[in-house]
Amino acid sequence: MSDLQSQRAPQEGLRVCVTNCPTLIVMVGLPARGKTYISKKLTRYLNWIGVPTREFNVGQYRRDLVKTYRSFEFFLPDNEEGLKIRKQCAEAALRDVRRFLSEEGGHVAVFDATNTTRERRETIFKFGEENGYKTFFVESVCVDPDVIAANIVQVKLGSPDYIDCGNDEATEDFMNRIECYKNSYETLDENLDKDLSYIKIMDVGRSYLVNRVMDHIQSRIVYYLMNIHVTPRSIYLCRHGESELNLKGRIGGDTGLSPRGKEFAKSLAQFINDQNIKDLKVWTSQMKRTIQTAEALGVPYEQWKVLNEIDAGVCEEMTYEEIQEHHPLEFALRDQDKYRYRYPKGESYEDLVQRLEPVIMELERQENVLVICHQAVMRCLLAYFLDKTAEQLPYLKCPLHTVLKLTPVAYGCKLESIFLNVEAVNTHRDRPENVDISRPPEEALVTVPAHQ
Amino acid sequence: MPMELTQSRMQKIWIPIDHRPSLPRPCGPQLTNSPTVIVMVGLPARGKTYMSKKLTRYLNWIGVPTKVFNVGEYRREVVKEFSSYSFFHPDNEEAMKVRKQCALAALRDVQLYLKEEGGQIAVFDATNTTKERRDMVLDFAKENDFKVFFIESVCDDPSVVASNIMEVKLSSPDYRDCSSAEAMEDFMKRIDCYQVNYQPLDPDNHDRDLSLIKVLDVGRRFLVNRVQDYIQSRIVYYLMNIHVQPRTIYLCRHGESEYNVLGRIGGDSGLSIRGKKFSVALCKFLEEQNLKDLKIWTSQLKRTIQTAEALKLPYEQWKALNEIDAGVCEEMTYEEIKETYPEEYALRDQDKYYYRYPTGESYQDLVQRLEPVIMELERQENVLVICHQAVMRCLLAYFLDKSADEMPYLKCPLHTVLKLTPVAYGCRVESIYLNVEAVNTHRERSEEAKKGPNPLMRRNSVTPLASPEPTKKPRINSFEEHTASTSTSLPSCLPREVPTQNLNLNNSQNQF
Repeated sequence: MSDLQSQRAPQEGLRVCVTNCPTLIVMVGLPARGKTYISKKLTRYLNWIGVPTREFNVGQYRRDLVKTYRSFEFFLPDNEEGLKIRKQCAEAALRDVRRFLSEEGGHVAVFDATNTTRERRETIFKFGEENGYKTFFVESVCVDPDVIAANIVQVKLGSPDYIDCGNDEATEDFMNRIECYKNSYETLDENLDKDLSYIKIMDVGRSYLVNRVMDHIQSRIVYYLMNIHVTPRSIYLCRHGESELNLKGRIGGDTGLSPRGKEFAKSLAQFINDQNIKDLKVWTSQMKRTIQTAEALGVPYEQWKVLNEIDAGVCEEMTYEEIQEHHPLEFALRDQDKYRYRYPKGESYEDLVQRLEPVIMELERQENVLVICHQAVMRCLLAYFLDKTAEQLPYLKCPLHTVLKLTPVAYGCKLESIFLNVEAVNTHRDRPENVDISRPPEEALVTVPAHQ
Repeated sequence: MPMELTQSRMQKIWIPIDHRPSLPRPCGPQLTNSPTVIVMVGLPARGKTYMSKKLTRYLNWIGVPTKVFNVGEYRREVVKEFSSYSFFHPDNEEAMKVRKQCALAALRDVQLYLKEEGGQIAVFDATNTTKERRDMVLDFAKENDFKVFFIESVCDDPSVVASNIMEVKLSSPDYRDCSSAEAMEDFMKRIDCYQVNYQPLDPDNHDRDLSLIKVLDVGRRFLVNRVQDYIQSRIVYYLMNIHVQPRTIYLCRHGESEYNVLGRIGGDSGLSIRGKKFSVALCKFLEEQNLKDLKIWTSQLKRTIQTAEALKLPYEQWKALNEIDAGVCEEMTYEEIKETYPEEYALRDQDKYYYRYPTGESYQDLVQRLEPVIMELERQENVLVICHQAVMRCLLAYFLDKSADEMPYLKCPLHTVLKLTPVAYGCRVESIYLNVEAVNTHRERSEEAKKGPNPLMRRNSVTPLASPEPTKKPRINSFEEHTASTSTSLPSCLPREVPTQNLNLNNSQNQF
């Protein structure tokens, strides 16, 4: 670690940690315990709520360095060559962590590696202290052989390490790999590690041990980790059926469904029936059009005010042409930064994300859910599941009469798009080329979709 | 006709046209399906009652009807004169019988509350330190189809225990006629009586299948096992965010605004001259308070930010602190509202908590919006929140345990700082008027509203209540009366019906 030590300021052991100091999350656990799954999911969540986060997977660094993986022997505790390389990789990853947190504006770095020895964790903790980071450990402990086997099948067999192996060969090698770590594994201990901040997740979330949560972000992380689960399920996202205002090209408002919108609602009922979903929860907003859609399903549903469409403030119920006419400056500003732009007396996508966070949290807790919502809302939810950036989010395509079926798989989400075969207007407006505030109206309106 | 909808007049909720206008509805997820019994576990002076009351206050505020059943209070009703710790000695058979009867009586009230009085959560506040006692409660819950969630507080730090005793035990009715030193000594011996038979929860083995949280060392560590549903997950999150560090919360409104002067509601106007004077006075006031590390929060509306700017200190803007959205009535005077929307005007007076402005919000919506603010206030230490009338009422209702019915009428005048300090089981409030005149923006409950509860509000509705007074205590006259019930409607572990009396017990919580 001499490279890092030389970074230390003279006469100073550590940098003073202010309340907004960056956080270093350190994963801990044997292979196939869900560390990378948790790292990626947590990173996705934190980025979505606006906390710049990045994961650093040491295994990836190792793969970049050691071009070909041969066998588990690389991980034997007495393989000196292997140990040297692995240490180098950890150091390289930490260097990148430092660059991300101290120079690139990152707030949270997730250091994804086994970190199974106290010695390794102390090194990382010192690194955190020296750089003014708060360190939070996330350990996953699991002894259930079925869970481990399932993890291996889900994410290890498809790993680049086993690209040329048969499944049985790969599984056997991986089990041996795990053995290599077991002997030196020192789990976080309630006495020896009593001054560290950490959460220990046991048996895929059956129980948790939480020690010394230091601040708001750690408390949110703990809450999130305690709400996620790995039970297979599907989330269905769709918009209300086409509404009267949709037909007229007007935004916002609280109108009912058009005749085609009502047809869609019936098709949706049929579709849901055909999917034969166990214990489906149905959620709507508190706007007439989503509720009307849900009513056609003939099943109980819950209304959430927070699922209401983005509030367009002074532009409510206007067409884009009218907005260009009455508020050309606002219209241009919105095109310049659609994510952060807030309608006068209204909301921004950024506000929406904050408002929708409890929905995401509850979606994580639930199993099969159908969410009948609105264009901007659906874009926000979709961006969470598909890990889209703030820049991409406001332009995600969420057409009417189309159901998006999301199924968690491996480290991400499988997406199926099902158009229910009922025509509807297009309400998607792409970013025009000219976003200048002095642009002529035609150039502002060039991407407005057709309407009555 | 499917898909034909009508909008409820009060809450502006769309419902199918063939249904009767329904009970006031929550506007979020279904918090829990079956009722839940929260069972506190721990030696005396470990903060069980503190957590029970605080949790109950929080749950009621977010709209989950919750009530505490403190077995100690039942005992005080039965055993008029507390003699000494020897009452709690495990060999004291007479006393053991009484204590058990009290627990059973409390459970019977739990059953009534959850089954017939619209309660969703009952907090069973007692030591529950033996497996035997906990098994009894588990059986009771099973017979009634209640979920059970255990909250255990474990603390071996003698200074914490001593401090708890000082804060809440010395002033207990049990020690009314004792000196502090006597009381302290007796209480320590009382704890010893329980220590002998204490069987902590054991989630690794015996209690593997129970839903529980173990709070260790006043929140330094937590062990959480088998959280079953949304409400248990919220409870865990809440318990993990609260702390007992002494600190002060200051609530105030922005300085008087131009719209205040004009009698207009909502909007986003700037401060009047007097409002600016108030900001300067606020700055001076804070300097005099001499606080360590004060956090300052404002809304994103001009008037709170202008107020904060005068303080010349860093502050954080929260959109969630914005004033209630009056929808179509924004920027109107009450006269204009009455003239333009007479029906809305009347509806609001009928039920100010649930009433939602057309295309706007209700107090109920505000509570949901403010919940993250409350959670963060719990995490923080010294904070000044510069907000708005309706918002301040919601926050105040949380701290002072006011019901949904009282909340919209709490007095939050301009230019007045409310200083809240946690003390014992509640909150001390000081009201400091900063001596700058301002208009009065408070409207009292109308005559119409005073007539009584809205017919729409039925007993079983999810109406947030202030943590209810533990009023009904069965008077247990003699031990022989309690034979096992032969009725099939009552579980065998509970005594048969005893006449109840309306008893108003002293609540050690200071109220505003």
